[in-house]
Amino acid sequence: MISLENISASIHQLLSANLSQTAVILIEMSIIALLAITLFALLGLILVFMERKVSAWIQIRLGPNRVGPKGIFQTTADTIKLALKEGFVPDGADKFLYKLAPFVVMIIAMMLLAPIAFAKNFAMWDLNIGVFFITAISSVSVIGILMAGWASNNQYSLLGAMRSGAQIISYEISAGMAILTIIVLTGSLQISEIVNSQSNGWWLFKGHIPAVIAFVIYIIAVTAETNRAPFDMAEAESELTGGFHTEYSGMRFALFFLAEYINIFIVCAVGATLFLGGWMPFHIGAWEGFNHIMDFIPSSVWFLGKTFFLIFVIMWFRWTFPRLRIDQLLNLEWKYLLPISLFNLLFMTLIAIKGWHF
Amino acid sequence: MITFLKQYFTDIYEAIVSLLKGMKLTGYYFTHHKEIITQEYPENRATLNLPERFRGEVVMPHDENNEHACTGCSACELACPNGTIKILNKFEVNAEGKKKKAIDTFVYHLELCTMCNLCIVACPTDAIKMAQTFEHSVFDRSLLTKKLNQPNSKLREGIE
Repeated sequence: MISLENISASIHQLLSANLSQTAVILIEMSIIALLAITLFALLGLILVFMERKVSAWIQIRLGPNRVGPKGIFQTTADTIKLALKEGFVPDGADKFLYKLAPFVVMIIAMMLLAPIAFAKNFAMWDLNIGVFFITAISSVSVIGILMAGWASNNQYSLLGAMRSGAQIISYEISAGMAILTIIVLTGSLQISEIVNSQSNGWWLFKGHIPAVIAFVIYIIAVTAETNRAPFDMAEAESELTGGFHTEYSGMRFALFFLAEYINIFIVCAVGATLFLGGWMPFHIGAWEGFNHIMDFIPSSVWFLGKTFFLIFVIMWFRWTFPRLRIDQLLNLEWKYLLPISLFNLLFMTLIAIKGWHF
Repeated sequence: MITFLKQYFTDIYEAIVSLLKGMKLTGYYFTHHKEIITQEYPENRATLNLPERFRGEVVMPHDENNEHACTGCSACELACPNGTIKILNKFEVNAEGKKKKAIDTFVYHLELCTMCNLCIVACPTDAIKMAQTFEHSVFDRSLLTKKLNQPNSKLREGIE
């Protein structure tokens, strides 16, 4: 059976048979880099199109439908437009930081891709602190945003960046707590072990109510962390004209825009890995026949299906809920999400110690 | 303390319920594409589905005898907030030798009109109404100044 695991293994064998070890590593790394960049470009095109269609259908509109069949080439056309536009640098800006900021945001999004298991035994770097790595690196992206806001030399940008800082720093705590709730059950930070621990059922179902609460808190917190509506205080078109990327245009703006969607993909992939079993197929207890049919669906399809389901839920949030004010946003985190997730973690620890989970 | 906790959890419960209610509605719209109200305009010109109260331009309906209901009272001209309507009256001598006021020209500047509907509300005899035509673009601005009463039209009998 052809799977991503077999393909990567056979490429590795082919290369190691003919080349020295250093050359093999170099070639494999460049293949991975190429694949990552391709994935980014594809994800950008697909997710932006998906967002536009989802928003249109939710708002009883038709959405893009002119470029290509059903409008599927709309985002390609938009990308070409952005690539041809002038990358404008304001006179008063700090030129070096201004040009560096979009790349910082983008590189951090790329680094987050490393520990994610896309299919069975198919991850770039299955390091033993995978989840910790993701939470640690994702908090660095606020530096890119602050850099952009500060270097633009624009009050709107600076305000947006400051808000983004406050928001990401506070919501990271409850996102971390929600992740910890699952780590308590798995006892490992390694992504492959977390996925393997769910071979007899996903944590969302096995972990009783605390897992469900943790899942809800995780989704809320990552929506805030990726600066999306209803928590889009960093952009806030209506009051800050675009927040930290007010001054950006052309391809530099496109990088920020792309990084937002990549971050959504990554947080949803992590959410799918922790709560929905990553690439594990859906199994119901003792239904042998049903489980067997589910095993036939490739693991990469399971992973992408779960991830895109979570992305859809986050898009659903965006086009349904009203925006929060900045003080309401911080109220929600410090007065509601954080105490609840602390008690939730305590409760889950009790369950894990007593072995009450399935 | 107890009341505070009660309030705290009631708030959370009510927030979740109301958010789920919103998601239910948008989820319904997402799955039911027949609710879509957008129309693909140039393609569906033949089957355009305009709302009843859509306002395109002011017209003056004439019946088959080329008669209209405008007495030339100029209530519409006074009601118009931006001088879109200009009524030029004339005096006709009828069979009994009496002079009677009638409209000579009902001038309507479509380029100034904001489709506010105030003239139609002001008209005491329902002589003008809003039409649903909306493709008004022309190459010369003077074409937008329209004369609403048709040539040789008369006031309908019995309207004062």
